Amino acid sequence: MRDVAIIGVGMKKCGELWEKSLRDLYVESALDAIDDAGVDHIDSMYVGCMSGGLFAGQEHIGALMADYLGQTPVPATRVESACASGGAALRAGFLEVASGMSDIVLVGGVEKMTDVSGDEATYALATASDQEWEAFNGITFPGLYAMMAVAHMHKYGTTSEMLASVAVKNHANGSKNPLAQFPMKITVEDVLSSVMVADPLHILDCSPITDGGAALILCPADQAKKLAKKAGVKILGCGMASDTIAYHSRGDLTTLGAVVKAAGLAYKMSGKGPKEIQVCEVHDCFTIAEIIVSEDLGFFEKGKGGAAVKGGETAIGGKIPINTSGGLKSKGHPVGATGVAQAVEIVKQLRGECGDRQVKGARVGMTQNMGGTGASAVVHIMEVM
Amino acid sequence: MSSPRSWRHYPQRYRYEAAVCTKCGKVHFPPRLICDACKGREFTTKTMARTGKILTHTIVRVGPSNFADQSPFAVAVVEMDDGPRITCQVADWNQGQLTIGQKVRLEFRKIYDEGASGIINYGYKAVPI
Repeated sequence: MRDVAIIGVGMKKCGELWEKSLRDLYVESALDAIDDAGVDHIDSMYVGCMSGGLFAGQEHIGALMADYLGQTPVPATRVESACASGGAALRAGFLEVASGMSDIVLVGGVEKMTDVSGDEATYALATASDQEWEAFNGITFPGLYAMMAVAHMHKYGTTSEMLASVAVKNHANGSKNPLAQFPMKITVEDVLSSVMVADPLHILDCSPITDGGAALILCPADQAKKLAKKAGVKILGCGMASDTIAYHSRGDLTTLGAVVKAAGLAYKMSGKGPKEIQVCEVHDCFTIAEIIVSEDLGFFEKGKGGAAVKGGETAIGGKIPINTSGGLKSKGHPVGATGVAQAVEIVKQLRGECGDRQVKGARVGMTQNMGGTGASAVVHIMEVM
Repeated sequence: MSSPRSWRHYPQRYRYEAAVCTKCGKVHFPPRLICDACKGREFTTKTMARTGKILTHTIVRVGPSNFADQSPFAVAVVEMDDGPRITCQVADWNQGQLTIGQKVRLEFRKIYDEGASGIINYGYKAVPI
């Protein structure tokens, strides 16, 4: 396999973007990534998108985006793994370049979520759970993660204040990110006094519904210097794993087995360990998710993730800064774009372009993206060249 | 939900039919075509015991539109005494009974209906015992 580098990134501000369509969101971020890299063509492209069908009534999104990006007849493939669609698209692009099949590959992610009502969006998101044996009984995504929180609190003594600390930290980071959907700072009291969605998760424990897109340009690492305007970021490790679609079938209800497995694969491929990761974007769709993932990636002992975030260990300047972008919570969660948006943030961090939220001297970073209640997980480890 | 899709699940939702792997004995609910434990492909049918215990739980306060008239409602992951785990609503519970370890029994209940001309979906809910 050839070494692969990311040589361009593109992303616009997330939000409730009434004036922009699904295709606009993809194409504008793809054009930014192409310009950032400075390439004059692409050989192939991927589109991470969870549910163009339910959110926008549009399937066949690969060809649609190639058309509106003016890139036909390049091969264009849509990748779907629920909220891990973006991470899975990055893995597909990585494999295509690593294999030698293509040299310059565009990996984009997109979701247009606000053209439907909140209820229709909730339904679309719930299709990432087991429709027959979970959603049939009325359980929602906040409900599933709430059950994860109850189990974690019971086993390890995690508290509502610890959950709230995740949201507070991510909003503080998001306030320094011009692309964030909700860049306001919040307090623990704000979280705990916000409306309860599914006990013990309040509305401010949940990531929002977001329109957004993000894009990357990949090329062989040995061509990065010749092709790119800026420093390349090499993908050192790429891991993906699956788990039972239904949360209830997991052996341990407080661990995300696919995250453990995907991280193990990425660590092994990269030759790096948790101690060498200097900045990390994780999938904080709900506050409890960030706590569990921070343990499952090996940053903290099992059960200590809550105390770690409350103690500031995951803040910028802490032991391992997590979600410097603001995370899904503050930056926004356009589901199919999220895995790609995480990589955009890590590339910017490793290139030293993050301004007030820059992790000083960061050279090695990680992204962790997951779908459903963790039935799909994708982890990438990157290093600036 | 289409009639065939609803009908396909009657054996489980109405009669608790589980599949027992003839090779390793693992009880699957719902049934599968290959055992995830030993990869066996032969099964016998068994009526699953209707009792189990709560492993984790929540109260859904903002439910899907089909469940709007029931919100808020309690949901739990239940480990059945025969081994399978399920997600279902918890009904008829009193203060102090929505807890980890609470023993429950599955009862046949209406889950949700789809309006004047739609299907009425039935299934199981867990009731504390």
